Amino acid sequence: MFKILKYSFFDLMRSRWSYVYFAFYLVLGFVLLFLNNDVDKAIITLLNIIIVLTPLIGTIFGVMYYYNSKEFTELLLAQPIKRSKIFMGQYLGISISLTLSMILGLGIPFVAYGLFRSAAIFNFSLLLLVGAFLNFIFVALAFNIALSNENKIKGFGFAILMWLFLAVIYDGVFLISLVFLNEYPLDKFSLIATMFNPIDLSRILILLKLDISALLGYTGAVFKNFFGTNMGLLTSLGILMLWVIIPVWRINRKLRKKDF
Amino acid sequence: MIEIKNLHKKFGKLTVLDGLDLEIKTGGIFAILGPNGSGKTTLIKSILGMVIPNKGDILFQGKSVLQEWEYRDHLNYLPQIANFPANLSVTELIQMVKDLRPKEPNEEDLIRSFDLEPFLDKKLGNLSGGTKQKVNLVLTFMFDSELIILDEPTTGLDPISLIRLKKIINDEKAKGKTILITTHIMSFVEEIADKIVFLLDGNIYFKGSVKELKEKTNQQDLEHAIAKIISGNHV
Repeated sequence: MFKILKYSFFDLMRSRWSYVYFAFYLVLGFVLLFLNNDVDKAIITLLNIIIVLTPLIGTIFGVMYYYNSKEFTELLLAQPIKRSKIFMGQYLGISISLTLSMILGLGIPFVAYGLFRSAAIFNFSLLLLVGAFLNFIFVALAFNIALSNENKIKGFGFAILMWLFLAVIYDGVFLISLVFLNEYPLDKFSLIATMFNPIDLSRILILLKLDISALLGYTGAVFKNFFGTNMGLLTSLGILMLWVIIPVWRINRKLRKKDF
Repeated sequence: MIEIKNLHKKFGKLTVLDGLDLEIKTGGIFAILGPNGSGKTTLIKSILGMVIPNKGDILFQGKSVLQEWEYRDHLNYLPQIANFPANLSVTELIQMVKDLRPKEPNEEDLIRSFDLEPFLDKKLGNLSGGTKQKVNLVLTFMFDSELIILDEPTTGLDPISLIRLKKIINDEKAKGKTILITTHIMSFVEEIADKIVFLLDGNIYFKGSVKELKEKTNQQDLEHAIAKIISGNHV
């Protein structure tokens, strides 16, 4: 698996898109810091961008890589290696190279600005951790969709729809349901509903840590009471971990019966 | 060497292999022929473990290959389409495949005979189709394996490379290897194949030498003999 991981990582790290992605975060980091002049505020703005953009890029890279390397994957499948090792190697190769682009792209401006001398270092690390989780989650989801759809256009369409659903539509439906059901106690409902969306979960995780959960209104208050801040952090990280493990498990299950 | 028993494969409603039985003995060149969609690629991919059959069994050197992977170290496969990671160089790709197999490779002679030295440091994304196919051939023949499976090996090759390919195939045969080839180029089949396996509607329609096929169909050349089988069964 690590051999496949090594080469797909090399391949991706040299691709033009990795540089574009890296450069985007680099420019974004510098611009935010010098416009805000405040690390904490920059982190909040960055949060809003990361939790929408990382899933989108992870989804697109995952689907594109799968379909583009189809013929090469066939060559690998004819070698004496287990199927699951090939795909896990590719999966980790994409996720790690995307995560690296993000960490370097954002890390350089923040470090240059003096991150290590500010108190925001913990929040910033948490933001990068959440971004990394989102990469791993959405690449895994994209692989799931690509494995289930032979047709490239269809697979691509479903993947984008999935992103749109989790990043935008889910929140809308959630809010509408809160408005409609506002006569009932909704704490548990909103807690559970948040768990089912990794993007929402990441957002709340960071906001809890930034101590601005009042901005969240209802959900934030519920989360704070329910988990207490450290407990909430651990639980949320645990659920994000499940969001990685379950799709990866399904990839491996799907592979056992798949024809190439 | 290979024994295929009652192999069934359906893709959705489409039956591709329908109770196929085939035995391939060690040594010699076998051409797998058949019209488009007759199941040639599915048969090859089943042997390689890429397609999982609905029913039946495939034995390689006496052992079932279904859900196994170690046996693939005893075979080399040339895929039909040569499409490699665009940002790796030729040397890195060869190194990667070498890393994946425990066997000792011998790629220098092949690189030289296909004149690939000037391309070794070039990225695979910048190579022409024919050059990629040559890289593909190097990857296939650099290991010493008992079974060699070639899916359309002649695609995109210039005449000089084609002559070299034929020589390599004949050298391997002389070493006692078993070689399976699918192709649509009948002159190529006539020149190198010892036996023909003709697939039709998911089953073996004919197995034997080129001469036997011509006699059976009463035709002078292979192309017409094949055409006669196909049209005779579909009109």
